[in-house]
Amino acid sequence: MSSPNLDVRDVARLARIELTDKETDTFQSQLGSVLEYVEQLGKLDLTGVEPTAHANPIFNVFREDAVEPGLRREAVLANAPQSANNLVLVTKVLE
Amino acid sequence: MGDLTHLTISELQAGFRKGDFTPADAVRALEARIQAVDPQIGAFLARDFDSALAAAKKADVSQPLGGVPIGIKDAINVLGEQCTCASKILAGYKAPYDATVIARLKAAGAIPFGRLNLDEFAMGSSTENSAYQITKNPWDPTRIPGGSSGGSAAAVSARMAYATLGSDTGGSIRQPASLCGVVGLKPSYGRVSRYGLVAFASSLDQIGPFARSTRDCASLLSVMAGKDPHDSTSLDLPPEDFTSRMTGDLRGIRLGIPREYFVDGMDPRVRAKVEEAIKTCETLGAELVEVSLPHTEYAIGVYYIIATAEASANLARFDGVRYGHRAKNPTDLLDHYRRSREEGFGSEVKRRIILGTYVLSSGYYDAYYLRAQKVRTLIRQDFTRAFETVDALVCPTSPDLAFKIGERVNDPLRMYLADIFTIAANLAGICGISVPCGLVEEKGTSLPVGLQFLGKPLDESRLLGIADAYEQAGAKEILAQIP
Repeated sequence: MSSPNLDVRDVARLARIELTDKETDTFQSQLGSVLEYVEQLGKLDLTGVEPTAHANPIFNVFREDAVEPGLRREAVLANAPQSANNLVLVTKVLE
Repeated sequence: MGDLTHLTISELQAGFRKGDFTPADAVRALEARIQAVDPQIGAFLARDFDSALAAAKKADVSQPLGGVPIGIKDAINVLGEQCTCASKILAGYKAPYDATVIARLKAAGAIPFGRLNLDEFAMGSSTENSAYQITKNPWDPTRIPGGSSGGSAAAVSARMAYATLGSDTGGSIRQPASLCGVVGLKPSYGRVSRYGLVAFASSLDQIGPFARSTRDCASLLSVMAGKDPHDSTSLDLPPEDFTSRMTGDLRGIRLGIPREYFVDGMDPRVRAKVEEAIKTCETLGAELVEVSLPHTEYAIGVYYIIATAEASANLARFDGVRYGHRAKNPTDLLDHYRRSREEGFGSEVKRRIILGTYVLSSGYYDAYYLRAQKVRTLIRQDFTRAFETVDALVCPTSPDLAFKIGERVNDPLRMYLADIFTIAANLAGICGISVPCGLVEEKGTSLPVGLQFLGKPLDESRLLGIADAYEQAGAKEILAQIP
């Protein structure tokens, strides 16, 4: 279909991904088919059915609020695209 | 000493302990095999023979996995090694820590060795979505090895590894195991810590082993399983020897045959091999019972909503700030994010992030995400009901044989439908295993077919016992014919 509501360009903006015009067009049609396929879920009567977020019934796993060793600073900074003075350099956030 | 690459892990360990050969010999045998074969197969993204050899020389073969080299999917962190997820966005990334499974394997004496190719961020069913290389099926190099853990499956199949680790979110261990003619196990959700596996869909992901025998998969699981404070979804269960129920027969076992897993449209040759294998199970003493999993037809739809929703959230961390690719000379922060992600991610990853973002977005959440979570409940209940009357289910792993490279790349929906028999297990959190059950002649080559057993949550010992009994009777010859 259809999926008249999916606007790939708009969703890509929400997802913080720049897309080329060609990608936008391709995704619009491919994801249209996928959404059309998942429309079948609409056939089911789901009155009274609880959602499952997770296969095991575990909730609120707590631990002691104790300090544990973290990753080594050098190992972490080695992966940063840019760093200086033992800190990660980032693109300017505030004007 | 002969060519050690033919050996299973149990055979390898017996040889180490008798002193017939050493872990260093086992690593050298892999080196020779990889150098001869991997240029044609393309399973490894990286390997370091020298450090594996150094570890092998120090190995204590009395440990549970002492001196055994294990290949690792390039989405599981091994301290100091690359972990690219076959994505350009993680080019050059070096893991600053060991995943919990890696720490456990190392503590048991195993040697993590080599980085294996995958579909980028484990998104795919053919390993064609790798940003780096295509991995070929060792049985026919014009065909895909399956995916997403295609490198892990192909390496074991081509005898470039004795065993490997992969991850399974919708079939990414079982489907490539099936298409490459090896054994692949997806543990129950919560059995194995996910800490250090780069997250794709957190409520579905599980790490599991590939090997050339069910017993080897069980030995690995015995080491990998257990509670981990770093993964709150890992379950606190007593240690288990997962080989303990390998009795070699199926007397007293009730095996369910799910009607919905024998559908029109599957390759009739696959169906015939699977039906033959089910007869073998009956000969071994199993009682066969037809069962129904009525919501099977909805599993793929549910999966592609839930998995993409979770992926869109998990992959938000790839923003070019702390690690990973960063676009050059951004005009502002938004431009930084958008171009870093555009340049770093491949098409399938972008496609899934877009879909996941859409199904979670305001106004569509109830219609897609919440609805999918409710249908997930129904799918889970189907299995709970079936397991009230049977001990395990038996069915095909994949509806098809390995397909040709390039055949489905432009048709994502058709690619997604290849996972029809594996996806529901992840949604329900149950365990599953694929064991080879036959070879089909296709245009001059033989292609393997996989038989899937699905077990109750946390019932791996029984599942592995059943799979081993079948393997001894029906799969040994296929495993011996590995190319």
